[in-house]
This record gives sequence, C-alpha cells and structure tokens, in this order.
Amino acid sequence: MANEVVLLNFQPSPYATRVRIALAEKGVEYERKEEDVFNIKSELLLKMNPIHQKVPVLIHNQKPICESLIIVEYIDEVWNHHSPLLPSDLYQKAHARFWANFIDQKIFPIGSKLWTSPSDEAKKAAKELVENFKTLEQELGEKPYFGGDNFSFIDLALIAFSSFFHSFETLGNFSMEAECPKIVEWANRCLERESVSQSLFDKFQTHEAVLGIKKMLGLDS
Amino acid sequence: MANEKVKLHGFWVSPFANRVKWALKLKGIEYEYMEEDVWNKSNLLIQLNPVYKKVPVLVHNGKVILESFLILEYIDETWNQNPLLLPQDPSQRALTRFWAKFAEEKIFEAAFNALCSHGDEQKKAVQLTMEAMEKIEGELKGKQQFFGGESIGYLDIILGWISYMLPVFEEVGSVQILDPVKFPATIAWSNRFLNHPVIKDTLPPKEKMLVYFQERRHIISCANLGWIKF
Repeated sequence: MANEVVLLNFQPSPYATRVRIALAEKGVEYERKEEDVFNIKSELLLKMNPIHQKVPVLIHNQKPICESLIIVEYIDEVWNHHSPLLPSDLYQKAHARFWANFIDQKIFPIGSKLWTSPSDEAKKAAKELVENFKTLEQELGEKPYFGGDNFSFIDLALIAFSSFFHSFETLGNFSMEAECPKIVEWANRCLERESVSQSLFDKFQTHEAVLGIKKMLGLDS
Repeated sequence: MANEKVKLHGFWVSPFANRVKWALKLKGIEYEYMEEDVWNKSNLLIQLNPVYKKVPVLVHNGKVILESFLILEYIDETWNQNPLLLPQDPSQRALTRFWAKFAEEKIFEAAFNALCSHGDEQKKAVQLTMEAMEKIEGELKGKQQFFGGESIGYLDIILGWISYMLPVFEEVGSVQILDPVKFPATIAWSNRFLNHPVIKDTLPPKEKMLVYFQERRHIISCANLGWIKF
C-alpha cells in the first residue's frame, strides 16, 4: 500500500511545529504544503478540516487527521517501529496526556494575551503564565526530560512553544531564567535534538510577527 | 484484573464524573465511589488533584488518573475486554478523539453559557450551541444505534450529558436548544442512550438537578452583574 503523507502546514504555527517534530522523530517522509492562514485558505484545507479550517492537518493516504496532539498520537500509533513518543505503561500514558493537556490550556492561550489583550489583562496573564511555568518546572523536577531519560510526548507538546519564550519575556516583563531556570535548561537540551532544531520557527521572526499582531490590534503601548 | 482496588472520586451532579461511572459499569468493573463536595473541597481531593482540584479522580491500585477523557482511555486500555469504548483503527480513533474535543469545547461550554446568561449574551450562546450541534447531528445520520455502533462507545459517553442534562439547562435557562425539527437524529440517539440499562440507573434526580442549576444560574448572574465578588 502506498504510504502517502501530506502535512498542511504553517511554518510559524507552534501546533504545526509539534507535528513536524513528531514526523522528524519517526523519520517519516512527507510532503509539506504551506497554507497562507491569514489570507486565503486552500480548497484542500477547507475540505480536509471543514470544522475548524485550521492547520495542522495530516493527510495520510487521503484520510485527514486534525488537532496537533491527536495527530501526534496517531503518528505514534502508526509509525510504532521506533522512537516511541507515548509510554507503553498505561498509567504513565495517562500522566503524559494530562500534562500535554495542561500545556495546551495553560501556556499559549494565556501567553498570547500578552499581545492580544489590553494592558491590565496582559499583566494578569503574565503573572498566570509564570505560575504555570513554575508548575511545569515542578513536574519536570530533576529529570532531563518530562518523560524521564528520553524526549517524549510532554516534551514535544511544550518545546513547540519555545519560539515564543522570547516574546513572553519581552512583553510579559519577566525573565524565564530567573523564574523557571530548569525550564530554560530543559529547552536548551531539547534544542540539541535535530528533530527540534530543524522544526522550530525562529524566535526573532516569531517576535516580529507577534509585534505585528499587537500593532494591528491597536495595542501598542 | 479482579480484586484490583478501583476508587472513583465524584460529585453527584458532575457530568464528567458520570462519564467515568458509565465506563466502569459498562465494563463490569467493581469500584468504590467517594462523593466529594466540590464547593467545600476535601484535603484528599486537593492532594489527589493539586493542579485543578476537580473531580473526577480515578485511583487504581494507588495510581491517580485525572480528567474524564483520559480516565476513559485509561479504563478502555487497562480493561480491554468488551465492550471496547474506542475504535481499534488509528484513524477512526483519531476521528473519535477529534469529535470528543470539538463537542466539549463547542457544545458543552456554549450550553453552560446559555444556562447562566441573559438577553443577547444568552441568545448568542444558544446560537453557538446549536451551530455546533448541527455538526454532531450530521455525524449521527446513518449511524446504527450509537456513535460507537451497536453498543455505547467513547463518544456516546462524552456526549451523554446532552441526553439528561441539556434539558435541565434548557428549563432553567428558559431556552430551547434541542429543537426536534433540527436535531431528529440527536434526539433519537438521546432516547436510546437514556433507555440503556447501564445509563438509566445512574442519572442524578431531575428535580435535584433543577434546583442545583437554578442556584448556579443565580450565583453566576449575580457575579457577572458585580453583586458578588468571589
């Protein structure tokens, strides 16, 4: 059976980054189709993700899979010959999914308020964001990765947002090194992996885009 | 797997805790139930779920599993006898997870907003709920008995609150969402679900739910109007 893998991608999207990292970890060959998400969405995207009309979408042998963490789990299940992303132990698996969900709810949705909300709300968001990073730091503990000795699901879920750490710090007026040094150390360790360094969007270009959004929303202070 | 210690911490009206009860009963798993008062949280609950301090919490042989979606997957994988709640095929499984996430984010949250709001805000919440439900209605057309096929599956359990709790939201909020003209498949599914032997004996009493949600609507309305500061 032909193994046709297509990724509907937007390079700066942290959600698409997660999928790119997962595919790289598994050594999957795929075709990348770049979507112009702020302008015109392609017919293929509208067909493959009619509900949300968002990237990333993985199309495997013509079947679409949507939502970044659902896609990552799918990739792990289908290409299960090496580099497991989720633990095989069922309790550890539930634990990994729990923290990935926490990251989904408590990092980017809060952090993006720093450039999409007025100053009062943004200040509150900065405080909450720091608390959430500290919670994650506690979960990481002394382990090299969230998954233990190996890079896995939780690490993948979070590292995709590291392109935004610079923007979080600058707009939130805090230092991640000061507030959660272990997270910074962990991020640098992850960046040593080719799958990660090749997939992450540049942090300065990310910051430019973030400032552009802030300006467009009329939130320039 | 017999004689393994399974404990569920729940709250009588929590639709999330009810999901776990259904899954345990469907699989024939014996468990101990602990009622938690979520408005006066026990130290134990805070210890078990320090991040969110919420129910449901499943404790299996001392291991703590949180979040109803994740508990359902854990139950299905650990007790992998019939009925299987999730499909075996990875792409079908991904699709099931997709719909569950969609339903939780777009239907439940909007419906709860419809319960607690007034005027234009409520109209908008009702509209959003119905728009999302149209997608689910589309998914149900052509299905046999349930989303899971002949038997109740993961998606039926996740959406099960629609069958018994949404009518309560409608009554308390004085709105109509489950329009029989717009949602014939959903209503038919809902009736089948409610009549399932495992489901019908595990529902909270309707009168008690009405009182509870009337109070929630009142408290949340007062808070929104600035009368009560939490």
